[in-house]
Amino acid sequence: MRKLITHRLFWPIAALVALIALNAIVRPQFISITVRDGELYGALIDILRNSAPLMLVALGMTIVIATRGIDLSVGAIMAVSGAVALTIIDTSGDPEALGTVAIALVVGILVALVLGVWNGFLVAVLGIQPIIATLVLMLAGRGMALLITEGFITTVTSAPYKFIATGYVIGLPFALFISVAAIVVIALIERRTALGVLTEAVGINPEASRLAGVRSRGIVFGAYVTSGLLAGMAGILYSSNIMAADANATGLYIELYAILAVVLGGTSLMGGKFTIAGTVVGVFTIQTLRSTILFLGVPSAQAPVVFAAVVIIVVLVQSPRVHRAARKVIHSMRTSGRTGTTTRTETAS
Amino acid sequence: MTTTAQPQTGRAEGLASRYSTFMSRHASLMPTFAALAILILLFVGAQIYFGNFITPRNLSALLLDNSYLLILAVGMTFVILTGGIDLSVGSVMAFTGILCARLLSEGFPAIVTIPVMIIGGGAVGLMVGVLVQYFEVQPFIASLAGLFLARGLAFVVSLESIKVEDPIVLWFGSTRFRLGEWYISPTGILALLVVAIAAIVLQWTRFGRTIYAVGGSEQSARLMGLHVARTKIIAYVISGVCAGLAGLALTAYSGAGYPLYGVGTELDAIAAVVIGGTLLTGGRGYVLGSLVGVLVYGAIQTVISFMGAEQSWTRIIIGILLLVFIVVQRVIVARSDRRR
Repeated sequence: MRKLITHRLFWPIAALVALIALNAIVRPQFISITVRDGELYGALIDILRNSAPLMLVALGMTIVIATRGIDLSVGAIMAVSGAVALTIIDTSGDPEALGTVAIALVVGILVALVLGVWNGFLVAVLGIQPIIATLVLMLAGRGMALLITEGFITTVTSAPYKFIATGYVIGLPFALFISVAAIVVIALIERRTALGVLTEAVGINPEASRLAGVRSRGIVFGAYVTSGLLAGMAGILYSSNIMAADANATGLYIELYAILAVVLGGTSLMGGKFTIAGTVVGVFTIQTLRSTILFLGVPSAQAPVVFAAVVIIVVLVQSPRVHRAARKVIHSMRTSGRTGTTTRTETAS
Repeated sequence: MTTTAQPQTGRAEGLASRYSTFMSRHASLMPTFAALAILILLFVGAQIYFGNFITPRNLSALLLDNSYLLILAVGMTFVILTGGIDLSVGSVMAFTGILCARLLSEGFPAIVTIPVMIIGGGAVGLMVGVLVQYFEVQPFIASLAGLFLARGLAFVVSLESIKVEDPIVLWFGSTRFRLGEWYISPTGILALLVVAIAAIVLQWTRFGRTIYAVGGSEQSARLMGLHVARTKIIAYVISGVCAGLAGLALTAYSGAGYPLYGVGTELDAIAAVVIGGTLLTGGRGYVLGSLVGVLVYGAIQTVISFMGAEQSWTRIIIGILLLVFIVVQRVIVARSDRRR
């Protein structure tokens, strides 16, 4: 039992389970899953489907945070890749053709990759503080997306492109397969090879790991490229869901939600040890919270208040001062309990 | 021959050595000078290109249009000087603005609403500061909570924009004190006043020196017996108060409160502070630099609107400029570190 409680994933999972249980009690249809035409429907399935873009971004963010960095530009990268992909489909002669969609996908993701390389170059090669290096792209990226869409919200109809976010494969949403694939690939690379350990080493002490012969520069560089790549895929997913390239709204605040997911999952912003499973749990928690807030009838505009409350509670629970206070309280309770029993035995004798 | 040549080389050497002493003594001033140079270049370039850029009307509008950003940047400078960051200012500005509009529409006088704005901003700043200092939350996350909280509260106050009809608040934004073709609005005066007070506080008070000391090395500042905790919390409160004042300036300028105002303005403010030469690692920078940074920011926007180019270029150019300044700072810091 003690081992279970001290496991680093215990609290994140407990929070998620509590949230789902709360929903299930208030509205039993929350956990019901219905089958329609061989496809699964339900609130939980919606959460799985809608969390896909955040999942991709948060996975990239986990790796970046593990190297002691932060990537503020993911939302802007999403906007750019979505704008590129939809503009290609929009200007092509045949928006319904699979070939067109494939080209749009590849180019959109490649552009995101280049932006990731740019971030990596600034942080790893020039040695600029991550928060500022990625701030550059965060500011400029949306401008680039606006240039690509020429300031309009490009709306497109293309069945194959729409399939990416809303299609179903063997009864499950296709978007879910994308996020599962991303989780598996990242987990395999980071956990079945030495890369994960090296990433943690760089995050814990960049200088020491460099002296120990770790190519910290390459690892940091790779983290930003991965983050950019995943953000590009998230941008494609997002634009496929709404079938419009909105340079201002795409991925707005997603960097903040992604950071929140990572922190909720138990990865410290100080760099070093990271947990992919924790991030996955964090993403699901955020998406479930979003759905809960929506269900409670809070206007989506006011939802940030609830999120703020959650952030504050989470950081307070994680803060060393609260830990110390809690330990003191538990300690005093124990000692007072012990003295209580001894006095009782004394009076009995 | 040699006798005549000698004093010349001597003077050249003297100049060179004087220059290098000046550089090493005032290395932290260099980024601000660079920003000033860019600002002058921008003005001169635009004047040559358009012919009618440097006019009193244009320059007056620059201050009028950016007074709220200037107030935010001043508060942000305090926080960044201590080595922190405040992401909440844009949302706090929107929150205090809509709160003011709502209170006014419900019949409260401006005498009440304006202090409420300032206190509201200060309260969010205090929350962020306490989280940072006493609960050891990273400034980024603590102020992120402030961002979410204030933005959500703005929507709790009202989902739609509320027009302001109060004469006192509107006076701040619509009055023009004219001197020939030059003019300045009360919001502009307010912004310049904030800059002046901040500059004096940072340059000549014990609190100002403590801010620099904390940003330079918190550990050393603590060992020197300075009030690190109090100083850091006050820095965030100052930033919050400034965000409240910026809410007043923006509400007066636009004549309405709107919960979606200021999305992303925190980043504009950070960018302006960085362009102005303040180091994000803390301990080095000047409020007057932030003034220059905001003017650079505003001048770029004016140039782009003069060119008739799309606003998307504003963001791209600001991004590029930010990058240039970061690289310049990087080089300067690397140099001064080597000198040590």
